[in-house]
Amino acid sequence: MNEILDRLQRNFSISDISVRKPGLVTLKVGKDSAEILIRELRDREGYTHLNFIACIDYIEDGIFTLVYMLHNYASKETLGVHVDIDRESAEMTSIHTLWAQAWTYQRELREMYGINFPGSPRLEEDFCLEGWDQIPPMRREFDTKAFSEERFGHREGRHSEVPRDHMKVELYPNRGGDEE
Amino acid sequence: MTQSTGHSAALDFAQPEPPDLSSGKYVKLWQGPQHPGITGNMSLELVLDGDTIIACKTHVGYLHRGFEKLMERRTFIQNFTVVCRIAVPEPTFNEYLYSHAVEELSGIEVPERAVWLRTMNLEMMRLASFLMWIGGQSGAFGQYTVPNWTLAYRDYVLDLFEEMTGARIYHMYIVPGGVRAGLPDGFEERAREIMKGAEKLLDQIERVMFHNVVFKARSKGLGIITPDMVDPYGIVGPNSRACGLARDIRKDEPYLAYDRLDFDTITGNEPDAYGRAYLRLQETRQSISLIRQCLDRAPTDGPFQADMPNVLHWKIPAGETYVKAECTRGEYGYYMVTDGTEFVRRVHVRGPSYTHAIAVMERLAVGTNIADIAGLMVSLHTYPPEIER
Repeated sequence: MNEILDRLQRNFSISDISVRKPGLVTLKVGKDSAEILIRELRDREGYTHLNFIACIDYIEDGIFTLVYMLHNYASKETLGVHVDIDRESAEMTSIHTLWAQAWTYQRELREMYGINFPGSPRLEEDFCLEGWDQIPPMRREFDTKAFSEERFGHREGRHSEVPRDHMKVELYPNRGGDEE
Repeated sequence: MTQSTGHSAALDFAQPEPPDLSSGKYVKLWQGPQHPGITGNMSLELVLDGDTIIACKTHVGYLHRGFEKLMERRTFIQNFTVVCRIAVPEPTFNEYLYSHAVEELSGIEVPERAVWLRTMNLEMMRLASFLMWIGGQSGAFGQYTVPNWTLAYRDYVLDLFEEMTGARIYHMYIVPGGVRAGLPDGFEERAREIMKGAEKLLDQIERVMFHNVVFKARSKGLGIITPDMVDPYGIVGPNSRACGLARDIRKDEPYLAYDRLDFDTITGNEPDAYGRAYLRLQETRQSISLIRQCLDRAPTDGPFQADMPNVLHWKIPAGETYVKAECTRGEYGYYMVTDGTEFVRRVHVRGPSYTHAIAVMERLAVGTNIADIAGLMVSLHTYPPEIER
């Protein structure tokens, strides 16, 4: 893994290299060179398996972090490539030509976070949410509770507890839930 | 057989042009979301030229409950009741991976007894899931005897789950720190008896289903996955092993007690629906062997749960991990990011169906006869909830 990282550092501006556990390393790369780096990892370094593409919403910093998790079957190592993109004009280069399932992830990220991937197939088609007219629901500011209360209303005879308060009373009545 | 399939430039991922429905030559047909030949609530939008499928689009979302979003607003212990619902026939893999991710990020060591009980629990889940799958595959080709046998026998395995965990479907047995209980008295004898019966049943299934001329005629040559498709399409599990690739996380990157169990990765050389089915039959037998080994070797005393903090005040240090396990369909994974608070920052669930039911299914369906689409879909072993999470 060190040799690969050395090679990548020579050719790309990568940062935040972190060994999360044996066999799992994450690194950060700029948005503009991410697609080339991922292609390089696939074609030259043996990271032929795309585990998944995920997104983390750092609303407090105004960024989305895209995570491309790649696996090398020969060395049994996994590499997470992090790419920060601006939250307000969320757009990223598509990698649908690299893996057949990539466009599905990109279509989902478009629906759930509002990220655009120009050129990615069927991007405008609904993925899970047919006829969705709210903000993309996986964004942190989308409040599921407020949405469901507004959409579905209150049903007489039903009430819900605040789970943590309920646990304090029901599960730990004698401890008050105060112990660490 | 080679372990690296490489990437073929010849593979074209481009989306085909949609057929011209106004020409009057084609018929559009929706298979699902409610249909006996669908593996859960999803649908296939098919375009037919006569009996032959010329275009296929997978539609999901009928079971979307927003699990990943829900998890961001619940404490770590509350999420434990959410995760098992992500793959209904195999909740245990979700329980294990969620617990394992939390344990990794918070540095919790799981006691040895719990390691073995978890391994056995996962293999029992594999057995129950494969029994259901074998019935589904047989039924999809019109043979209804086998589903009656396997679904009935799966209930005996669910009896064991009930004894072990208190529940039949959503067990919530594997918790962060270990498992919820040890084995009840007499469990081992009953488990061995049920394993014996399961083995006998699988022999009968082999004769009735796999030697059946109709099953052979309809499944051989259907849905061929070539080795050069495996990496470009992200194909894992039995779907990749059936074309000869010896890839099994239990063997390649052992977790729990798998490095101490005696088993080999099973591979096939018939990458069609028949070959995949036969490989799964063999893996079901292997699962029985692994359960027996766990019964032989699991410690019968000692703690089954690590010392845990008060769950009401449980904060996990900031970090990030990706954990994975070999479920019946291949690589199942949990990617977890924590930020030091009592809530998870992000959980991404990686299920094999994400690619098997969409990219792979849409490609393999083209050219297939409409009568075989259900059989093809079951042969890819897909579960919609893990796609839409």
